Amino acid sequence: MSQPPLDPTLALADVGAALLAQQCPFPISDYPQVLMAHGGGGRLTQQLIERMFVPAFRNPQLEGLHDGAVLTVGNTPDDPTQGTRLAFSTDSYVIQPLFFPGGDIGALAVHGTVNDLAMCGAQPLALSSALILEEGLPMADLWRIVQSMQQAAQHVGVPIVTGDTKVVDRGKGDGVFINTAGIGVIPAGVQLGPSRARAGDVVIVSGAIAVHGIAIMSVREGLAFETTLASDTAPLHTLVADLLAAGGAAVHVLRDPTRGGLASALNEIAAQARVGIRLDEASIPLAEEVRGACEILGLDPLYVANEGKCLVIVAHDAADAVLAAMHANPDGAEAAVIGTVVAEHAGTVVIRSRIGGTRVVDMLSGEQLPRIC
Amino acid sequence: MKFVDEYRSEADAQRFVQLIKQTATREWTLMEICGGQTHTLIKSGIDQLLPDAITLVHGPGCPVCVTPLEMIDRAIAIARRPEVILTSFGDMLRVPGSATDLLRVKASGGDVRIVYSPLDAVKLAQQHPERQVVFFAVGFETTAPANAMAVWSAARQGLANFSILCSHVLVPPAMEALLSSPDTLIDGFLAAGHVCAVMGYAEYEPLAEKHQIPIVVTGFEPLDLLEGIYRTVLALEENRAEVENQYVRAVTRSGNRAAQNLVQQVFMVCDRQWRGIGMIPQSGYCLRPEYARYNAELRFQVGNLTAQESPLCISGLIMQGRAKPCDCSAFGTLCTPEQPLGAPMVSSEGACAAYYHYGTHREEQPHEPAPA
Repeated sequence: MSQPPLDPTLALADVGAALLAQQCPFPISDYPQVLMAHGGGGRLTQQLIERMFVPAFRNPQLEGLHDGAVLTVGNTPDDPTQGTRLAFSTDSYVIQPLFFPGGDIGALAVHGTVNDLAMCGAQPLALSSALILEEGLPMADLWRIVQSMQQAAQHVGVPIVTGDTKVVDRGKGDGVFINTAGIGVIPAGVQLGPSRARAGDVVIVSGAIAVHGIAIMSVREGLAFETTLASDTAPLHTLVADLLAAGGAAVHVLRDPTRGGLASALNEIAAQARVGIRLDEASIPLAEEVRGACEILGLDPLYVANEGKCLVIVAHDAADAVLAAMHANPDGAEAAVIGTVVAEHAGTVVIRSRIGGTRVVDMLSGEQLPRIC
Repeated sequence: MKFVDEYRSEADAQRFVQLIKQTATREWTLMEICGGQTHTLIKSGIDQLLPDAITLVHGPGCPVCVTPLEMIDRAIAIARRPEVILTSFGDMLRVPGSATDLLRVKASGGDVRIVYSPLDAVKLAQQHPERQVVFFAVGFETTAPANAMAVWSAARQGLANFSILCSHVLVPPAMEALLSSPDTLIDGFLAAGHVCAVMGYAEYEPLAEKHQIPIVVTGFEPLDLLEGIYRTVLALEENRAEVENQYVRAVTRSGNRAAQNLVQQVFMVCDRQWRGIGMIPQSGYCLRPEYARYNAELRFQVGNLTAQESPLCISGLIMQGRAKPCDCSAFGTLCTPEQPLGAPMVSSEGACAAYYHYGTHREEQPHEPAPA
């Protein structure tokens, strides 16, 4: 990290203190360079956030470590918007290939930010779109991506109201990088956050896991295998509206388990809420084809990326109603209870295996790499 | 899912656990050879279902783990060359060399690529005639046929820009080395099913005979392992030192002849260094002289690199069944998947990685370090 110049009028002791104050709490000596795993959604990503970004930018909204920040507007009693809560989130999309079975980078960029807002309980109000284009990108590809963004936004019913365009030299980008940011309004009475999980709560997943990650992997160069799998990228704001209508304040946590998969998302929740989580392997919905691909490649589906899926942690008494509401929505038709929140082993996720043994489910460490044999 | 669920039934698993409990009249120490088996044991929780009388120790069958440090340093030196595309199985990239690993070499500009098959590396060499494509050929007998096929097919096509960095190892000489140690603790072996799918199991019969030890060729699913354990315990209780085949759906006594022929055409048996264990005579494959031009060590002149292991890492003891990962003073503290001292902490077949990710370390108290 480059450091700003020190004030020349400082005394020597003050220089030392200033240097110390600027010292990065991230272990730079361990990682002098950024690795792919720093963006993988696992332990190194978490370390980067907790030890570099949060200390640098420290504020209460950021420290919630949620999918988006929650901002309260209208602070004076005579303001008609008083107490309105906005969710604000941003995400960047760097996927290869740009077009994949079931979607493309454009649809993903709209759905991803809509879903980050939805995980805060918000209905989306507006999106921004910033495109970083690589010199030489076929204009027809850009048009396909833009059309796809338009269709996705129209389907959600959220306008893309502002944007930015930059072009980088050939070889300095990967075709297209997209950043979207979004704001949304959180209905009154909704109280969500990873630290709100309580012992006794029920863990629900909205459908079959690991579909997106395997669909993308199946078309990547060097790892191509034949499958008819398509990514499940989808906006989740209607599913969230339905389940919040059924569960209200009994819904404690929503989380879309994207990079790092189900395992990493649940580990983060367990750590933030200081609770244990117990899963039942046999009850986690998993499509046959996804399971087959994971078996062949030696990947654990618990760590494979998802899109269009969410985790719901809800008070036990409201779980049936929330599950029924999810089943009534096409995006939650395969929703299933996969575990419970417990007071024991705080911070740790444990799974009961199919043969009845138990083991810990750790956070993703590094990237998942296919095995040798 | 067909061919998977039938080997993961809870009722059948309980039945085998009961059989093992009823059969074992004393303590037995069994070694599963393959790291894939170690991971299934811990991931499915078999280690916790077994009676206390049965101790499982984890064998050397993790190709990434036994690849010598020098060899990793050689791969790193080759990967740093601007004309080179270094291709490797994904598992190898995280393994620490003396100063760095291949993922970090990639981060600093080296062209390091994951391939799923060595034939994909040959394809890359065809597509990039201006580059040197090197495949990091590690593994046991299981991966040898595909690696031999890559060299054979590059030779047939006359590809001048393809070579392999070869670090192949063989299971039976390692078992012989383990059993020849005067203080061996191992009472029985679960042999590695996939190695035997290629090689058959006839070559294990002299080992069983000479050392009077049962060897059960075992698969990789939870029920395979439970049955393998049961059959080994039964053989021990009945005082039988034979080779048995649990993994009949994949393994025959003579193995895959076509694969063996190809391997013999390209490779020959040689002495090999095993990381953490040392030199084992006649325990690996290297390229035959007629294929020497595909030897990346010669092409890039990296054969003389030497390296020094971390003195803290006890992976050699772990892979010989003399210690468990939680016996290591560095386990989970100085050595983690993010900052590994040894390869078993980062390989998907490494015993330390299994203990770390599946949390065995969180329940067990650290023991006294095993004697060196």
